[in-house]
Amino acid sequence: MISALLRTGLVALCVLLSTSAVAIDTARAFEDDAMQARYQRLIAEVRCLTCQNQSIKDSNAPLARDLRAVVREQMEAGATDAEIYAFLQARYGDFALYKPPFSARTALLWLSPVVLLALGGFAIVRVVRRRASMDIGVDGA
Amino acid sequence: MRFALPLAVFIALGALFAFSLTRDPTLIPSPLLDQPLPSFSLPDLADPEVNVTEAALAGNPALLNIWGSWCAQCGTEHAFLMELARNGVPIVGLNWNDEQDSARAWLERLGDPYVVTAVDVEGRVAIDLGVYGAPETFLVDGGGTIIYKYIGPLTPQVWRDEFMPRLAQLDSGGAGD
Repeated sequence: MISALLRTGLVALCVLLSTSAVAIDTARAFEDDAMQARYQRLIAEVRCLTCQNQSIKDSNAPLARDLRAVVREQMEAGATDAEIYAFLQARYGDFALYKPPFSARTALLWLSPVVLLALGGFAIVRVVRRRASMDIGVDGA
Repeated sequence: MRFALPLAVFIALGALFAFSLTRDPTLIPSPLLDQPLPSFSLPDLADPEVNVTEAALAGNPALLNIWGSWCAQCGTEHAFLMELARNGVPIVGLNWNDEQDSARAWLERLGDPYVVTAVDVEGRVAIDLGVYGAPETFLVDGGGTIIYKYIGPLTPQVWRDEFMPRLAQLDSGGAGD
């Protein structure tokens, strides 16, 4: 009785623990390890435009599948990373790339972390200075 | 005074978010506008022996409509495409990532608004066109330049607001030549 309960519990635990590991594009694209690594890196940096917020590496949408095939073929044909990105950019715009090139349109995207960091630093310096001067005021009183 | 800066930041962010709510993040601007239509050569849905090329759109302004029988939104716009076709608007279909049998069955059931339908099984022409969803509709001028791309199902209102002014402009531009 107890063992049956234990077994049920174990099965339930296993089911709960099994995360949804969806296998996408499991077949190796390239025999060569370096090429395979490069392929994995490239497709992780291209946005799946149908699903957004997923790379074509993570998506099983038909368009992601087709785009992976394009990347594979271009790699086979000897295209450089830059050429492959340029190909996608010409068709889908900067939006297709997770690391879009720096331009007037993407300046805010690229610079906002720096600007926010600077603003935060500025705020901290101001607050610390004000507190320091307040302490002196208290001591002097 | 103490709250002036946080308040200003709050208002600025509020304005930014309010503006962003009016934008549809799924609409991606196409870099292909004002570019020549990419050349293609694909089998004709009606007769796979025959090839359809970009020449099918040449001569007069025409629409290139990307569709698939799997695409629910394409069913939404179909009746309107039929109406456009009846009114003499040339529409070339690009059947994308579809089963040819179900594509043919679709046209038999709902009617065929297309001058001709090219079949893009591998999706390569769709990629050349920067297509990422269906339906999408390109407006191409007589010289083969992409004038406009609409993403989503065509409706009478979209036609009136987006397509008709551009067609009128093409007309007057053509008369000036």
